[in-house]
Amino acid sequence: MTPKRRNAAVTAGLLALLATLAGISLIAGQVWVPLSAWSDAGDPRWLIITQLRLPRTALAIAVGAALGLSGAALQGYTRNPLADPGVLGVSSMAALGAVMTIYLGLAAQSPWLLTLCAMVGAALGVALLVLIAGPAGEATSFLLAGVILSAIASAGVALALSLSPNPWAASEIMTWLMGSLADRSPLDLATAVPFILLGGGVLLTTGRALDALTVGETGARALGVALGRTQATIALGAGLACGASVAATGVIGFVGLITPHLMRRLVGARPSGLMIPSAIAGADLLLAADIGVRLLPGGGRVQVGVAMAALGAPFFLALLLSARRRLG
Amino acid sequence: MSALAAHRISVALGGKPVLQGIDLSFRAGEVTAIVGPNGAGKSTLLMTLAGLRRPGGGEARLDDAPVLSLPPRKRARRIGYLPQSPQIAWALEVQAFVRLGRTAYRGLYGESAEDAAAVGSALARTGMTDFAGRDITTLSGGERARALIARALAGEPAWLLADEPLTGLDIGHQMEAGALLRGVAVEGAGVIVTLHDLPFAARLADRVVVVAGGKVIADGAPMEALAAPILRKAYGLEAGWVTGIGGPLLDVTAMSDP
Repeated sequence: MTPKRRNAAVTAGLLALLATLAGISLIAGQVWVPLSAWSDAGDPRWLIITQLRLPRTALAIAVGAALGLSGAALQGYTRNPLADPGVLGVSSMAALGAVMTIYLGLAAQSPWLLTLCAMVGAALGVALLVLIAGPAGEATSFLLAGVILSAIASAGVALALSLSPNPWAASEIMTWLMGSLADRSPLDLATAVPFILLGGGVLLTTGRALDALTVGETGARALGVALGRTQATIALGAGLACGASVAATGVIGFVGLITPHLMRRLVGARPSGLMIPSAIAGADLLLAADIGVRLLPGGGRVQVGVAMAALGAPFFLALLLSARRRLG
Repeated sequence: MSALAAHRISVALGGKPVLQGIDLSFRAGEVTAIVGPNGAGKSTLLMTLAGLRRPGGGEARLDDAPVLSLPPRKRARRIGYLPQSPQIAWALEVQAFVRLGRTAYRGLYGESAEDAAAVGSALARTGMTDFAGRDITTLSGGERARALIARALAGEPAWLLADEPLTGLDIGHQMEAGALLRGVAVEGAGVIVTLHDLPFAARLADRVVVVAGGKVIADGAPMEALAAPILRKAYGLEAGWVTGIGGPLLDVTAMSDP
């Protein structure tokens, strides 16, 4: 099969999976809503469908796609297969931006303000990463910069929430740092999706530069890539997509780490070719995880961020072990 | 005809002067070898000529315009550059790797018929057509060197600047890569390579530039530029050329007194 056809087949498969998962997501949960309830607006479960299941499903798809795409772009830019908005601290910076608006009492004025500040936080996160890792940023320096950023931003989130006059501070810290899709409103969806779409579109324009970066920074410059512009575009795109996602759900890690890896096996390692499959696979993964979380015993009290971390950490470990085997 | 030139280029790295007032002009259709001891500033000179480094003084000029004044894409279409010890971060297929040479021509998405034709021709010229679907990271050193040259050729540059393209290759693959570079010059492009192997430089190049201590100490036909007094000055070697069957051979007799 030619690479083009292979990619088309993989994309079609991922979309089919997404449609199936979306169907299950609308039906499954503490209350099962059979398809028969769908045609009847008078059914008491109608509210569950329109006010809970639909926004939740759509948000899972949008946020999963944003994280998968951002992960693919950040891995391409840093040339590091361990990069992801969570690992690199971009998501934590977004959470810090969002939480600052709560701390300062601005969030109550407008939900857009919280989203805006989350996006600024995420874009600032990418900019700081590039700055700390340096112009010739090697794979390791990006990860170290991410560790620094992530630690500081998470501490900032906890601090701001602890100091805010809020009796539920402890549980709020938890929700921001281990994101959740539960009880999101259609408004959450409407605030997040436009920015995710915009950020995704911006990220997709970097494909050519990310491909060229395969041969290193000097090599990419020699091929005619303006690196400064690439950095700014990635910061803007990841800022919009990750920032809007985190504002709606809190930090959900590992989606951006896992999906580009799985897709690399299926469609090859070319960074530009990885982006769209990673976005769809990210949506698949987050939606599947969220369905799983809803069906766990305990009545859906496990947050999807916790579930992703529980899935992601062993995945990270397996990656490290396989890298060690290759080097050893 | 295209012209690439260094005008009084000076570069300092970490406060230490590396290049001091280099004046050179290069001719298209020729292979120019830049040789000199380690740390002489050959790579720095090549990067400056390619517009990838801003010199402290002077400038590189392409057809009478400063190279640094060209937009990156326009510059990249004219000047192909192969770095020393090239990095390859991802396990790309050879075809996708060679296609990177078209970066400066590509639109945001997809590739044009010209792109595909240039990639196909570059693969064919380097004998890499059968390797198109192979993973670049699994190639041998010689195959990889050919893939690198194919990537540069895919960009159809008027100038090909290669920093030690033959390092790490066995003698057979050196000959092969050398012949490819020679062929690029025969077709009209200017080829500038840095080399360590002096007999190889003497065979491959039309012109040899010897850089030592940040200055050009010789410039001319290989046997003139690499004459015994120059080698003594550049490398501290007592050496002379003997005529071999395939070409000139360097006979090193001693280190000169410092």
